[in-house]
Amino acid sequence: MSFYPYTDNGGSALAIAGEDYCLLASDTRQSGEDYKIHAGYVPKAFKLTDSCVYAGVGFSADGVALVKRVRQSIEWYRHAHEKTMSTPALAQMIATVLYSKRFFPYYVGTILGGLDENGRGVVYSFDPVGSFEAELHKAVGSGAELIQPFLDNQVNLKFLPEVERTPLPLDVALQIAKDAFTSAAERDTKTGDYLEIFIIDREGVNVERFDLKRD
Amino acid sequence: MDAYVNAFRTTVPTWFDGGIPSSSFGLEAAKEFAMPAFDIPGCHNPMEFLRSITDETSKDYRIKIQHGTTTLAFKFKGGVMVAVDSRATAGGYIASQTVKKIIEINPYLLGTMAGGAADCSYWERELGRRCRLYQLKNKELISVAAASKLLANMVYPYKRMGISMGTMVTGWDKTGPNLFYVDADGTRIKGEIFSVGSGSTFAYGVLDSTHDYELEENDAIDLARRSIYHATYRDAGSGGSVSVYHVKENGWQFISTHDVYDLHYEYQDQPKPRLI
Repeated sequence: MSFYPYTDNGGSALAIAGEDYCLLASDTRQSGEDYKIHAGYVPKAFKLTDSCVYAGVGFSADGVALVKRVRQSIEWYRHAHEKTMSTPALAQMIATVLYSKRFFPYYVGTILGGLDENGRGVVYSFDPVGSFEAELHKAVGSGAELIQPFLDNQVNLKFLPEVERTPLPLDVALQIAKDAFTSAAERDTKTGDYLEIFIIDREGVNVERFDLKRD
Repeated sequence: MDAYVNAFRTTVPTWFDGGIPSSSFGLEAAKEFAMPAFDIPGCHNPMEFLRSITDETSKDYRIKIQHGTTTLAFKFKGGVMVAVDSRATAGGYIASQTVKKIIEINPYLLGTMAGGAADCSYWERELGRRCRLYQLKNKELISVAAASKLLANMVYPYKRMGISMGTMVTGWDKTGPNLFYVDADGTRIKGEIFSVGSGSTFAYGVLDSTHDYELEENDAIDLARRSIYHATYRDAGSGGSVSVYHVKENGWQFISTHDVYDLHYEYQDQPKPRLI
């Protein structure tokens, strides 16, 4: 086709909401089409506020353009209202921004991880044109089909009726995120190189980096 | 307050930049959103381009918009019963099993979601905003007929541009319970029974077999739930859980959400209902 402005740069991201924290993990590989790996460290997750982190997978340039626009809006909101935008408000705004390009979509799968006004962990996931939903865990991107069922089983304890449901501690959530990515890197060509995990809690946002397989 | 209301009387087309106020510091936030404008790709045939990247049957299918549904609503002596499934599909992938397909427009109005998830939630949210403005201007609640016409007129200019929306707008106004079907082609029909979405034919089959205007509330709830359940059984685009809402004189009421897995075994253990 003559006009084709998109590339699938691949990559995966996941977020898990806890009682008083949220965790957002993404790999940093940037792939091209036809099995090419362009770079090993191109982050696709970005801190937006002290209680919210964004990750965008799909077309990297659209993801970066979206973050730039959203950060600008957060800044304007801060000047207009003299407060930082809450995570639920941010989610609704991102949906509207995505829909403003309904006829020329951003080719991005978006997730937001953060804390709501009451300090509880929340995850929002979006389709490319702004359909969004609050969830407790979500995987998006090229490895989503591998990671999502794993999270359904390990976080939501889907189809494990006998298991007692207790709030998920942070260290367990971290281990689940790491396991999800080591496994996804093993079976998805577009996921790998490094894993970046953002941990959002009352104290703010912290980032940790881990190695993934580089093949 | 009249000054505030007057601000909406003339809608100045403003460049919509996703919440970035172009002219002020957002002191009139609602006005900034008065006329949404959408980006259009700079190519020879923008709509053919959009179709090629978003149509599941196209070879360039890339942008996987969430789809698929069974929704239904019917009138009966106690008002309107509304039921939906909760699955969203993007291509063959089940993107979510927990979608809220009944949109609470305001305490008296419900809208359902079938077709593009973003199209329905965006335009029904916009409808909610316009219904609120109507209420401020006219000092009374908007009728369901008017609300559904607002929605139909809002999306009509975008006809054949790829918006996909099949919705039922329902509520209780001064004329009593009302039910309208509105879609993105511009269709708007007042009716008694509707089912919309990929699983609608299956839902209609169950719904029509035992529907009766004189149904008691509990029987109406059960019929609505069963109809959606049977649609999830035969339609791969529907599933997850079944949610039921009841529109009553004092507004809508949330009835229940049941996982399809639990309903399957509940129904399996029951004797098959007699038909006729």
